[in-house]
Amino acid sequence: MASCLRRYGRRLSVSICEKRELSTACEGKVIQQQQQQQQQQTAKLLNLCSAINQALHLALETDPRSYVFGEDVSFGGVFRCTTGLTERFGKNRVFNTPLCEQGIVGFGIGLAAMGNRAIAEIQFADYIYPAFDQIVNEAAKFRYRSGNQYDCGGLTIRAPYGAVGHGGHYHSQSPEAFFCHVPGIKVVIPRSPQQAKGLLLSCIRDPNPVVFFEPKWLYRLAVEEVPEHDYMLPLSEAEVIREGSDITLVGWGAQLSIMEQACTDAEKDGISCELIDLKTLIPWDKETVETSVRKTGRLLISHEAPVTGGFGAEISASIVERCFLRLEAPVARVCGLDTPFPLVFEPFYMPTKNKILDAIKSTVNY
Amino acid sequence: MMKTVSTITINLLCQALDFPGGKVAYISEMRFISESNDKRIPCYRLLDDNGELIEDSDIDQISKEVAVKMYSEMVTLQMMDTIFYEAQRQGRISFYVTSVGEEATNIASAAALAADDVVLPQYREPGVLLWRGFTLEEFANQCFGNKADYGKGRQMPIHYGSKKLNYFTVSSPIATQLPQAVGAAYSLKMDKKDACVVTYIGDGGTSEGDFHAALNFAAVMEAPVIFICRNNGWAISTHITEQFRSDGIAVKGQAYGIQSIRVDGNDALAVYRTIRAAREIAISEQRPILVEALTYRVGHHSTSDDSTKYRPADEIEYWKMARNPVNRFRKWVERNGWWSEKEESELRSSIRKQLLQAIQVAEKTEKPALGNLFSDVYDLPPSNLREQEKQLRETINRHPQDYPSDVPM
Repeated sequence: MASCLRRYGRRLSVSICEKRELSTACEGKVIQQQQQQQQQQTAKLLNLCSAINQALHLALETDPRSYVFGEDVSFGGVFRCTTGLTERFGKNRVFNTPLCEQGIVGFGIGLAAMGNRAIAEIQFADYIYPAFDQIVNEAAKFRYRSGNQYDCGGLTIRAPYGAVGHGGHYHSQSPEAFFCHVPGIKVVIPRSPQQAKGLLLSCIRDPNPVVFFEPKWLYRLAVEEVPEHDYMLPLSEAEVIREGSDITLVGWGAQLSIMEQACTDAEKDGISCELIDLKTLIPWDKETVETSVRKTGRLLISHEAPVTGGFGAEISASIVERCFLRLEAPVARVCGLDTPFPLVFEPFYMPTKNKILDAIKSTVNY
Repeated sequence: MMKTVSTITINLLCQALDFPGGKVAYISEMRFISESNDKRIPCYRLLDDNGELIEDSDIDQISKEVAVKMYSEMVTLQMMDTIFYEAQRQGRISFYVTSVGEEATNIASAAALAADDVVLPQYREPGVLLWRGFTLEEFANQCFGNKADYGKGRQMPIHYGSKKLNYFTVSSPIATQLPQAVGAAYSLKMDKKDACVVTYIGDGGTSEGDFHAALNFAAVMEAPVIFICRNNGWAISTHITEQFRSDGIAVKGQAYGIQSIRVDGNDALAVYRTIRAAREIAISEQRPILVEALTYRVGHHSTSDDSTKYRPADEIEYWKMARNPVNRFRKWVERNGWWSEKEESELRSSIRKQLLQAIQVAEKTEKPALGNLFSDVYDLPPSNLREQEKQLRETINRHPQDYPSDVPM
């Protein structure tokens, strides 16, 4: 997995999405760094929270009108993602907010609307709901309703999401589906440290409000080579991270490593799996998934969030619309159960490797 | 001598707790703080109900030019409301919200601001836009949602917005603008601008969580923002006695560590002076201010409301006539020799003509082209929207009768 990621990562780190608009403050610097890339492609072993920390340092360094704020971010954050920022950039640019998610996001919208980059942290995705009105009714519609006179594209909301082994109802949720139903925002979920750094920088610099969910399970657990320079990875481009020919698997975030294990096991039984990291959930890259399913004829989607109304349903419906006659089997979804996220019962709730493997086999043998 | 001093010191120290924020004195008598003060917060006013200056204090008088402009805009606002309301009744626009009774709060507060001050309205403050130079044509264009509407026909009438006039686009959700105003003010603070943010809210809106969030953030961030609460007595059919049990809104400022003031919202002079002073404090001291303007919503909540269903007609009549802010200010302006009946009738007839003309033209102007349905959702349309536009256009070709003919393709 690590070497595979390195191979793809290297190729992607050189690309810069021309479509994206950078704040004018940082454009020159990034292009300059791009040119330096040929000479110095140094990388370091980093975990996910360090990679995110690096991205935040770079974001603040390259744009003097960027800010990081949220509960407890000043001392480094409850997950240490904001370590060293206050010391380096000062408490005017990196600061704690009162304990109030609707205030955090509302404040961030106002700051972004004035042309700044507002990087807001919600301490756990489980607590994002008080800010739902500000995100859905305000941030997502800000540009559209003003006729493009105003926008809050500089807003990025970061939140740790997902199972952590002992989080229970309120420290394990995957709420991405709620936000995928909102035209006007982007939802991005990285699978690894190297991905997270590049994607977060793209989110911060993208001229649209973005919700960036970070798989907390991987904060310390995932370690890989992360290039030290400033690089961005394109949004709304899915990535085939494992090539195969019998079945397409689609996922995001921490779930991909579970799916990867299932693919490896399936290979022993002669099943060749193609694994796709969606990365951006909205607007999502239908073309990459469709191309893959046209090749394999089978689709399996896996996410931690409960199966009913989960984002897997959208992917399934879209692919069935586009590839119905090519499909050899129904689209499979291996997801969380339709319950609040349980504590003792977490191992039963989760879409495990073997649940995925069983579904791969039954889909292939349909 | 030394011994006596140190004994006193020790005694004092034992009677106070050192707590973050300062010393807190101890007390041995259990005392609940009353839910209200003995006296209600007084209301600042300069003109009596007859438009007479109550005290000839050393206040710096506003100039004739500013006073006449303020009065003229109050009349314009009043007339715009009358005629646009009528247009809705006639079915020419789909919806309208008047500011009748709140002309002084609208215009006088706007007059006290500078062009660089950023305004985040609720939705009953078109007078602020009017003061800043939004034309009657621009108002009409938005209400008709035609191609000249800066909002590109996407929102209901009265959801105005103007980047050039520093007036954030109106959105229907209540109080959402308040924490945004704090973020905007923080930006001004960081950029060291000689400007502040002014944001408006009604009495009802102060019950929303965003009000609490915003005031708390503003105080902690030391943001240069003025919160103006138009306490007009009603939130649709909900009277303020059903909205809160506090002494109105001004009393809440102290709970957040914010300076506040209550002003007669129907006294244009008092509103003007208050906002001037608030602005001075907000910018020079870089801190928020809370202003509660007491006024009355003479009109219905909107064209979808009939307020005679929930309040007595004589109450409305009383505020419309005896407590009318426009008449009151007129008397003061006339007494200064700055206005006359002749100018009044000339202004009214001119504004009326302009309004009718504006509506006529706006009504005939074509709607924004169909492409505007899909643009600006993001900075650039993503693939799903490009696909949907293509499919929609094919559908329109097959079933043109399903679609309005005044939207160009």
